[in-house]
Amino acid sequence: MADLKLTNVSKRYSNNVEVMRDINLDIKQGEFIVFVGPSGCGKSTLLRMISGLEDISGGTLEIDGEVVNDIPPALRGIAMVFQSYALYPHMTVYDNMAFSLRIAKLDQETIDHYVRKAADMLQLTEYLDRLPKALSGGQRQRVAIGRAIVRKPKVFLFDEPLSNLDAALRVATRMEIANLKESMPDSTMIYVTHDQVEAMTLADRIVLLSAGNIEQVGTPLELYSLPRNVFVAQFIGSPAMNILPATIYACGETTKVNVAGQTNITLPIKTDAGEKNKTAQFGIRPEDLQVSENGDYVISGNIEFVESLGESTLLYIKADGCSDLVTCKLQGILKFKKGDDVKLSASPEKMHLFDANGMNYREV
Amino acid sequence: MMAVSSSRSSLMWVVHITVFILVVMWTVPTAGLFISSIRDKDQLSVSGWWTALSVSEQRLVARSEHPDKQVFSSDGRYEIRGNILEHQDSSITKFGSSSLRPDEFDVGVVAQLKGGKTLQVLENGDYIYSSPEQWKGKRGKRIFYTANIPPRFTLDNYREVLTSEGLAKSFINSLAVTIPATIIPILMAAFAAYALAWMKFPGRALIIAAVVGLLVVPLQMSLIPLLKTYNLIGEFFGVGSKGYIGIWLAHTGFGLPLAIYLLRNYIAGLPGEIIESARVDGANDFEIFSKIILPLSFPALASFAIFQFLWVWNDLLIAMVFLGNNEEQLVLTGRLRELLGSRGGNWEILTASAFVTIIIPLCVFFGLQRYLVRGLLSGSVK
Ligand SMILES: Nc1ncnc2c1ncn2[C@@H]1O[C@H](COP(=O)(O)OP(=O)(O)OP(=O)(O)O)[C@@H](O)[C@H]1O
Ligand SMILES: [Mg+2]
Repeated sequence: MADLKLTNVSKRYSNNVEVMRDINLDIKQGEFIVFVGPSGCGKSTLLRMISGLEDISGGTLEIDGEVVNDIPPALRGIAMVFQSYALYPHMTVYDNMAFSLRIAKLDQETIDHYVRKAADMLQLTEYLDRLPKALSGGQRQRVAIGRAIVRKPKVFLFDEPLSNLDAALRVATRMEIANLKESMPDSTMIYVTHDQVEAMTLADRIVLLSAGNIEQVGTPLELYSLPRNVFVAQFIGSPAMNILPATIYACGETTKVNVAGQTNITLPIKTDAGEKNKTAQFGIRPEDLQVSENGDYVISGNIEFVESLGESTLLYIKADGCSDLVTCKLQGILKFKKGDDVKLSASPEKMHLFDANGMNYREV
Repeated sequence: MMAVSSSRSSLMWVVHITVFILVVMWTVPTAGLFISSIRDKDQLSVSGWWTALSVSEQRLVARSEHPDKQVFSSDGRYEIRGNILEHQDSSITKFGSSSLRPDEFDVGVVAQLKGGKTLQVLENGDYIYSSPEQWKGKRGKRIFYTANIPPRFTLDNYREVLTSEGLAKSFINSLAVTIPATIIPILMAAFAAYALAWMKFPGRALIIAAVVGLLVVPLQMSLIPLLKTYNLIGEFFGVGSKGYIGIWLAHTGFGLPLAIYLLRNYIAGLPGEIIESARVDGANDFEIFSKIILPLSFPALASFAIFQFLWVWNDLLIAMVFLGNNEEQLVLTGRLRELLGSRGGNWEILTASAFVTIIIPLCVFFGLQRYLVRGLLSGSVK
């Protein structure tokens, strides 16, 4: 049992700047939750409030139904893995992992059992006698994870654990973390990252934060296909979703919009009559655009530049009637060149429509 | 490109030359002191330490055997025979019988002296002093000679200063002052530094400011008020006015501001995540301090220990104010000062004493200096 419940949690630093407002979040036992958001949005702060390293200025945090606002970190049943590993540099791998157990005054035999089990699980057995400085980055990160595992916490907290690793190792360690989660289905894990691939691949649910608020909570695919607002739409997915100015000219079961003053499109989205003639924001993901074959198109323009990535080709298009470049991601190697005129179409189900405040017209 | 590399290499040269000069400046006097202290005191007084390995020429004076030992020889003269050399490895080159002309005759010559007396001195120091009349007087006759004396090293100087000059006792006294006066402030400062760096409590910034302020209080200004306060409190507890407790407290007080300041800076620079990690692992402040902070701060503790140790060891002022001048309490610096007064001409005493005084600082420095350069932190954080 390790349910987490955050109710109206807020954080104010001494300079009275409120960096987190009204955070409400329910986390079920065994969930893998990922906090993502742009830098400075408060991911670490929220995680540290859950860990107890940072005071909670307002609201309550419950673990298993018990309010833990004033309970010190060690008694909350949590373990934390830091971005910088934070290994104890003067202790061997073994001692690093045994530290918390020794503090808890377990007997030597139990300590040894737990440490060896964790080392075995993380393939660290042959390094047990080494000091952290004699380990590679990936091994250090595994020791940090091992140090968390031996405590048998109810909740694991990870603060950007992979950001110090190089790309290849990051992928490998990401899979290790996924395996780790699988082998401990009952532990809750909360994971902070700003890498959306990590978020998409690891998370049961993603919590997307921006400027101290929760923007949306949902499964990775929910956030991808049904973003609550423009911010979420543009944050999830790479390259980011194209947003074009639009005007609604007919409402009802379907909505007709004029995109960028150029093309008229019917979207399978229900809108109230009151929305007629309002300006809106039309969204389309780069990977949902294709080159128009039958003459219907959403966007036309000419190519500003081309990026060939092998598996895909990115076109950056100066579209008629809009100031920002429109990105289009096409599969395969294609022979486009700068200055070509293109017409792009998309299937209406993949199109998004947001109101002037950025909220999605679809029900979220 | 050329300009960069040539300026880089000329900088290297400056560094190398500077290091070389520093090494010479430090090593040569130390070596000189040491060599002087183990030389024979007669040689020390006539030639510099850099000649220690070469044969030295000395003008000396000796007395012949007592007139009682005279013998009446077969050719009708009274003779005194003997050897004037103390050490058999020297050799005599010249001799004389009067202080006005101590090197009048070459060795081996039979010198004709007034009153029909003759004197012959051989290279190995054997002499024959003969006279037509019977020798009189209570003492032997003086013989002046010039001898080539090979280098001679001895530990006698040390034996003498350690026993008869009381240096051994002062050495113990100095240790009795210095060791506690180093350990007490370091321990106190380490605790304080941790609290000031990592524990949140109201007034922390004020305390840090006060510590920085105390750094600039001159010692001389506070000596007398401190002594008066100490005596007052001492009277209350029945502790005498001069004693080890007083000097330990005084050195602790004078050392603490700098110790706290240095250690706080170092400890505040330790990565916060390590400390937070220990906190999540369940360690309380004391465990964090003893299991994480202390081992990681060892380089800082060691470097401050060196400073404090040397400062206390070499201190004379505080020792004079807080300790008595008797045999039980006189520290090395005080003893040296006394020797300078009473035995100012005896270089062998002074050099040996000085070397005894610097030997502990040298050991401390060489023992701990590797901690000054070792980076204990490598590998903990990326
Ligand atoms: N001690 C502090 N005093 C005042 N403001 C702070 C303090 N610590 C953090 N903040 C502010 O709180 C906000 C959230 O910081 P936080 O470290 O949680 O960001 P983050 O989402 O983890 O960013 P990143 O992805 O860069 O790690 C930031 O705007 C930061 O400036
Ligand atoms: Mg962060």
